[in-house]
Amino acid sequence: MSERTMTINLGPHHPSTHGVLRVVLELDGETVVDAHPDIGFLHRGIEKLAEHRSYHQFIVLSDRLDYLAAMSNNLAYVTTVEKLMDMEIPRRARYIRVALAELQRIASHLFWLGTHAHDLGAMTPLFYTLREREAIMDIFESLTGSRLTPTFMRIGGLAADIDGDFIKAVKAFTDTFTDRVDEYETLLTANPIWRSRTKGVGVLDADACINLGVTGPMLRSAGCPWDIRKAHPYSAYEEFHFEIPTGRAGDVYDRYLVRIGEMRESAKIIRQAVDGLPAGPWLAMDSRTVFPEKKELNANIAALIQHFGLVMEGFKIPPGEVYNSIESPRGELGFYIISDGGPRPLRLRVRPPSFVNLQGLVRMIRGKLLSDAVAVIGAIDIVLAEVDR
Amino acid sequence: MNIDLVKDKFGAGITDITTAHGEITMTATREILIPLLRFLKEEEEFACDFLTDLCGVDYLPAAPRFRVVYHLYSLKHKHRLRVKAAIEEKDPVVDSCISLWAGADWLERECFDLFGIIFKGHPNLQRILLPRDFAGHPLRKDFPLAGFKEQ
Repeated sequence: MSERTMTINLGPHHPSTHGVLRVVLELDGETVVDAHPDIGFLHRGIEKLAEHRSYHQFIVLSDRLDYLAAMSNNLAYVTTVEKLMDMEIPRRARYIRVALAELQRIASHLFWLGTHAHDLGAMTPLFYTLREREAIMDIFESLTGSRLTPTFMRIGGLAADIDGDFIKAVKAFTDTFTDRVDEYETLLTANPIWRSRTKGVGVLDADACINLGVTGPMLRSAGCPWDIRKAHPYSAYEEFHFEIPTGRAGDVYDRYLVRIGEMRESAKIIRQAVDGLPAGPWLAMDSRTVFPEKKELNANIAALIQHFGLVMEGFKIPPGEVYNSIESPRGELGFYIISDGGPRPLRLRVRPPSFVNLQGLVRMIRGKLLSDAVAVIGAIDIVLAEVDR
Repeated sequence: MNIDLVKDKFGAGITDITTAHGEITMTATREILIPLLRFLKEEEEFACDFLTDLCGVDYLPAAPRFRVVYHLYSLKHKHRLRVKAAIEEKDPVVDSCISLWAGADWLERECFDLFGIIFKGHPNLQRILLPRDFAGHPLRKDFPLAGFKEQ
């Protein structure tokens, strides 16, 4: 380190780090000479805990990975277990899962947009975006009883069926949402301050993204239209019509445009899902994993025994291993589960998009201004609970 | 995907190839691991340009005890491949693949942190999630889960 440089801590309690991220910055004046991200403040050992929990119990922990997109985590986890067990999921359940995952994507992007714009000095978008996010949180709360940690998906389907109120609320939301996105855009898209803070800042081209393993809106903003929903459709995504917004420059501004575009597309998907919602069961009738109905327990000894077994021991999965991933709001969220035949996983690995994407930070801010570092951290859209697990 | 190309090139270095749940898993010896990964990345037939994930697995009490598992993906062919390398407990060392994918940096550090597997050639192999002075590697099976006794 030369005499002219200064070392400062950005975080772990700085609001612009969106959690407890510490970045040790070496500055020459206002220019970042080098950066050393320091993570792990939120490490709770979720992968270790998973080895001591039954497959059902882990659904609760999956909420706590990326707490801004708990439905996506639920979905990624349960689809992985279902793949390992070769389960068929009823079409109605798959449609509802898609609708919930897309509502979650909108909620996550809205929170990102509000806080990111706030970091860069634009106070107003926060009030607008949180207003719409609140509507989604209300929908989740009325459906699942919980705003951030719904634990709503089950291995085989869902915890409960949706009702008319849910459909009415979702339709009311999608009816107005596109206009609301237009409102955000009038505040930011052509705003000269916003453009000067974000255009050409934090550039990561497609080759660099691929070499780093970066996925999600960051990869798409660099012009690579790779989205797991299209490349490897899961749940029922192959039945929906939607576009994959992409950018070209791979900078903070294009990431903003990509996420704005994704919110519009998600609203379309949700609308298609609730309009074309198939009738039928919302839970696979698979006695290996599914709890018997509560009223059966008082009348049927076999149901009581099955219930007891599922609660006390959990269910067993034949030995094997699978990797399965979904497109979470942040990128490729994957689970790799190894079963040794017992009721608990031998190994449960989370492939966290935030962790992998955050690696690109250093090369995006080296040689740039300190204020750019704030814009770049925001545009990666990290959730530290997922980075640290 | 023509897996025979790999068999032809590496012969006895590939100890096992299995397909289950539509996923292909190759198990390789430690010696040919990096050449194999390079081959899978650069050969047109596989073109695995993405290192999706890298993680460790502890199979205590089996021997060899550890596996390092690589999940590869090809944007061009849209296929996935899983490569495993078996690691002995008394010599938990494997070559780093950071020269192939820059993204391996933190993933290898995490694997070192939680399993104690050493990646030879990694420029900055330090703990990443746990404090520097932490003792032990928590994802090993013989590391206890505090306050909870397995039966």
